[in-house]
Amino acid sequence: MIHSLFLINCSGDIFLEKHWKSVVSQSVCDYFFEAQEKAADVENVPPVISTPHHYLISIYREKIFFVSVIQTELPPLFVIEFLHRVADTFQDYFGECSETAIKDNVVIVYELLEEMLDNGFPLATESNILKELIKPPTILRSVVNSITGSSNMGETLPTGQLSNIPWRRAVVKYTNNEAYFDVIEEIDAIIDKSGSTVFAEIQGVIDSCIKLSGMPDLSLSFMNPRLLDDVSFHPCIRFKRWESERVLSFIPPDGNFRLISYRVSSQNLVAIPVYVKHVISFKENSSSGRFDVTIGPKQNMGKTVEGVIVTVHMPKAVLNMNLTSTQGSYTFDPVLKVLTWDIGKITPQKLPNLKGIVNLQSGAPKPEENPSLNVQFKIQQLAISGLKVNRLDMFGEKYKPFKGVKYITKAGKFQVRT
Amino acid sequence: MTDSKYFTTTKKGEIFELKAELNSDKKEKKKEAVKKVIASMTVGKDVSALFPDVVNCMQTDNLELKKLVYLYLMNYAKSQPDMAIMAVNTFVKDCEDPNPLIRALAVRTMGCIRVDKITEYLCEPLRKCLKDEDPYVRKTAAVCVAKLHDINAQLVEDQGFLDTLKDLISDSNPMVVANAVAALSEIAESHPSSNLLDLNPQSINKLLTALNECTEWGQIFILDCLANYMPKDDREAQSICERVTPRLSHANSAVVLSAVKVLMKFMEMLSKDLDYYGTLLKKLAPPLVTLLSAEPELQYVALRNINLIVQKRPEILKHEMKVFFVKYNDPIYVKLEKLDIMIRLASQANIAQVLAELKEYATEVDVDFVRKAVRAIGRCAIKVEQSAERCVSTLLDLIQTKVNYVVQEAIVVIKDIFRKYPNKYESVIATLCENLDSLDEPEARAAMIWIVGEYAERIDNADELLESFLEGFHDESTQVQLQLLTAIVKLFLKKPTETQELVQQVLSLATQDSDNPDLRDRGYIYWRLLSTDPVAAKEVVLAEKPLISEETDLIEPTLLDELICYIGTLASVYHKPPSAFVEGSRGIVHKSLPPRTGSSESAESPDVAPSGAPPSEQPAVIPTQGDLLGDLLNLDLGPPVSGPPVATSSVQMGAVDLLGGGLDSLLRSDVGGSPAMGGTGFTAPSAVMPANLGPPPSGGLGDLFDLAGGVGTLSGSHVAPKTVWLPAMKAKGLEISGTFSRQVGAISMDLLLTNKALQVMSDFAIQFNRNSFGLAPAAPLQIHAPLAPNQTVEISLPLNTVGSVMKMDPLNNLQVAVKNNIDVFYFSTLYPLHILFVEDGKMERQMFLATWKDIPNENEAQFQIKDCPLSADAVSSKLQGSNIFTVAKRNVEGQDMLYQSLKLTNGIWVLAELRIQPGSPSFTLSLKCRAPEVSQYVYQAYETILKN
Repeated sequence: MIHSLFLINCSGDIFLEKHWKSVVSQSVCDYFFEAQEKAADVENVPPVISTPHHYLISIYREKIFFVSVIQTELPPLFVIEFLHRVADTFQDYFGECSETAIKDNVVIVYELLEEMLDNGFPLATESNILKELIKPPTILRSVVNSITGSSNMGETLPTGQLSNIPWRRAVVKYTNNEAYFDVIEEIDAIIDKSGSTVFAEIQGVIDSCIKLSGMPDLSLSFMNPRLLDDVSFHPCIRFKRWESERVLSFIPPDGNFRLISYRVSSQNLVAIPVYVKHVISFKENSSSGRFDVTIGPKQNMGKTVEGVIVTVHMPKAVLNMNLTSTQGSYTFDPVLKVLTWDIGKITPQKLPNLKGIVNLQSGAPKPEENPSLNVQFKIQQLAISGLKVNRLDMFGEKYKPFKGVKYITKAGKFQVRT
Repeated sequence: MTDSKYFTTTKKGEIFELKAELNSDKKEKKKEAVKKVIASMTVGKDVSALFPDVVNCMQTDNLELKKLVYLYLMNYAKSQPDMAIMAVNTFVKDCEDPNPLIRALAVRTMGCIRVDKITEYLCEPLRKCLKDEDPYVRKTAAVCVAKLHDINAQLVEDQGFLDTLKDLISDSNPMVVANAVAALSEIAESHPSSNLLDLNPQSINKLLTALNECTEWGQIFILDCLANYMPKDDREAQSICERVTPRLSHANSAVVLSAVKVLMKFMEMLSKDLDYYGTLLKKLAPPLVTLLSAEPELQYVALRNINLIVQKRPEILKHEMKVFFVKYNDPIYVKLEKLDIMIRLASQANIAQVLAELKEYATEVDVDFVRKAVRAIGRCAIKVEQSAERCVSTLLDLIQTKVNYVVQEAIVVIKDIFRKYPNKYESVIATLCENLDSLDEPEARAAMIWIVGEYAERIDNADELLESFLEGFHDESTQVQLQLLTAIVKLFLKKPTETQELVQQVLSLATQDSDNPDLRDRGYIYWRLLSTDPVAAKEVVLAEKPLISEETDLIEPTLLDELICYIGTLASVYHKPPSAFVEGSRGIVHKSLPPRTGSSESAESPDVAPSGAPPSEQPAVIPTQGDLLGDLLNLDLGPPVSGPPVATSSVQMGAVDLLGGGLDSLLRSDVGGSPAMGGTGFTAPSAVMPANLGPPPSGGLGDLFDLAGGVGTLSGSHVAPKTVWLPAMKAKGLEISGTFSRQVGAISMDLLLTNKALQVMSDFAIQFNRNSFGLAPAAPLQIHAPLAPNQTVEISLPLNTVGSVMKMDPLNNLQVAVKNNIDVFYFSTLYPLHILFVEDGKMERQMFLATWKDIPNENEAQFQIKDCPLSADAVSSKLQGSNIFTVAKRNVEGQDMLYQSLKLTNGIWVLAELRIQPGSPSFTLSLKCRAPEVSQYVYQAYETILKN
């Protein structure tokens, strides 16, 4: 079971520790620091490290390492999922999951950790239930508390804790009953030098914000449910209904939650909404190179591509870059060798272009590697897979809720090789 | 206002001030003070001095304050056990509170206080809470049993909590069930022998019902528990699978992977003809691919598991190659794993894509990744034969880049490609030779030297190339030195005229100037080979090498099957069974996949012994469950007694003209000086000879031994060639072949142990089961050095006949247990009876006649020995070598009659009459013995001896 948790910031300070069983000395983290040193880059620290007596399983979120200590054979995914849940909970409670936020709310953090895990067994990890047990801090509440002397701790057993729908509170009341769904799709793609697609798939999620009174029972149906062949469900969804009717039927948790995530696999054709024309070349025996990148829209279903940002990790030998852009602004970080070009909206009439000279360190050999371009973009009101919500029905309650669906397509890990 | 204020300190001394505040009358102030204490505690400050003051705050109606005090107690009770007692009363009172939240909190906290005195008081409240009406309290109490077990296991057993916990598996509330399972699993881990989670179809049904309704974490515990269940037939397995499949769509990746484990395991029982089998295969792919879109840490664990899954069932992901393509900003640990899986999935259908990707990766920034990508190209060439040519040209392109580490990796893999496809791609050698000077890594240098040596006859300046390496011989690593030695000897054998000087030089460098025993031994072997019999040397050194195959990269099947049972656990991340790394692995139970029970699939399972094979040639591996072996299984295999280390040859020879007249002196000094190298004791060098270099030791050295000491076999009875007794497949990579021999009254079992696994083997020991003639090892199995992968060791185990006796069927059946650091293995073999024929088996004539008459006729057995064209005298002398003595010889009606006697180790006499018809190759053998059941085996012995 999960023995202990250490929170470590980027400079290697342990700023919080929590033990669910006997106390494990901080010195166990030395093995972690060792691995961190070896990995050089924070992102490359291996998630599972074995030490003579323990295993350290860690995640890296928001510049904080969550390092858990375990002693017995335990599924690592279990631990990693739990750690992400802890980070999510902090985010949920404090608005951000940062060292300052955690330090500012250390007692709540401690209470939360105690409530989430008992003797290493997860106890209450649903945000709905935790919020009933431990009230999130708000300015109003701390003022009220200091006047009345009441606490931010729930006095009664959370209602959902043991019911068959542990994700929902029992008594929910709203004056405005609303149900919103955001269909968000991200395109992961690798485009090769010549512009053809090596690999592309769509990672989609439906995030919901549901503020409905009582115990609503919802059914969400799609125009084209056949697209969804690889889906992960929130526990509230009735799997049998989906299997037989391809309808999402569920009693929702209260508030924000992820209803489903899905993948439209590479077997189906994935539309690629932008194309990139690029020349990045270095001359032999010369300390400069040429850089010329143009980006244009393609297969965007008539919608505007916006929020376009291109980032390039230039080779180590690059000293600086002298470029001119027809649209947007660019920055080059000479330490990390990262070029960022913030373009904004693409207008098909005048394609954005960035070109100029790359200066290398004098005497450096011609760089061997070809830098990859990372492209970010957003398309509003479009789900690129073609997924469309048909209708939402509510049973079990009398009132008429306000319903809304929003679509958005973004670039996920969208890479263009040069 | 935030909690960071709790960290500010005042001048007066923090502890002092907190103490005052804790004893304040105002509730608010007290609470603030406790918060400050907790805050200090979280950052590891010692606030234990405040213990009594904090405990005083415990009796309160304020739930938050109570929780805070509990938090403090859990942390510090251990250091203040006497003080902690003060809190007991409050705990006991709280366990009776009408509010279930408080009851649960109290019992939960009490369990966390690891003080013996407190645990005594815990039992009563805990018993009540386990039967509490509120499920929230029951589920908390279930976990508390696990906590208590950790502190005092005996107490938990004495109080009967384990039984109560087992009852909770049938609780009406799914959360309680899940927690009970979790608690029991944890307890069971420290008690592997106990039958805590005794699963039966009813309890399985309960668990499957709870699975649908409990929390995600509970689902993981239940699924892991289900994976340990062994369904009674394929129908039960299928129905469990059907109920587990919906979990594949869970948002929690740990639930998904645990479900995959259950399915992968139970699938083993399903027949491949079943439609459901195909459906299940199809259902497994999407969730596995989805895991790869999660956070990198999750991806890593998922990839390690997918690596196992694609080795076990490649068909699941064969169409999903593209999802394993590497993105440039993946963390390095993800990149390396993806690469490995790409190679495993590579096939003729997708090889073009894979190669294009790999070539792309070879131009990346990260050196480790680039190296691995280049290696991957080589592995593709070896795996997919049709792609070899493409791979080689890709590698040549990469060599043209002249990027140092790329070139070196490429040369290492090209060597492997040469091993797989000999004499096919020599045209590239010229290109390789151009890069000779840029090689600075031992592995690349060794590979290049190997190539030069192997193709010496086609490289005009091979001698110059090798000579250039020789200059800095002593600065090279052992790997390069060994390779250089072998390469030059190869060169000499191929072009003897020009390279005499070179070979002499390298031999003297290796034998005289080196401290490395491996190098020296190899040097001596070559030296002696070349000096005694250059023809034999040619056969040995230039022997045909076994082709390498892709198999070398795969996890050995038995280990893979075991690891499949551990999908999702740490074992699956490390690709080692838990017994190999889990601390205090007291009696970890090895898990194994269930056997397939389907209709016509018996041939599928590797565990089924081949039926109908002649028993004398195909030793049956004894199934581990065999009840006949009960006592053998319980044998206490003691640690191997480490004998005196084998003396390595320390002879320092003078500079001897190798090919001149000094040969004799060389030989003499060698044999005289180091007994370890003469005759049968010559086994030692083979153990230290690295097997991955040079000629394969198994074939080559065998010849060598015959050269060196061909005397051994003459004085003993007939020795059958070694046959494989224990195939590597059934013994986690240990292959044992052997034979029995009898020499000058001493019986021995000559064994050849080969390590075909990927890990080093050590701690060997051997035991025999009771057998018909009381055969037993006379000395422990002495293998001095651990057996490295691909290494073979030859050992002769002396036997005696003073062991315990039990009649076996067949009579000459011997059941053997061999232990090493990995496991215990069992096999059985049949020994030829003639090893039991003693030297004083010659009977007096008179005695013979009397005995012959004395034994009743019904004890006589007659056999035909066919196709044996030997004369009576030849037969007689041949049999005498194996202690069958001719008492008298007569000629009756043109037939030769031989009267023979022999005695077994247990004193049984066997009398024989052998009738030989001149001109006819068939003999008639009549045997008479007081114990007629041996006759059959004596006849077999006759046959074996005469026909060999």
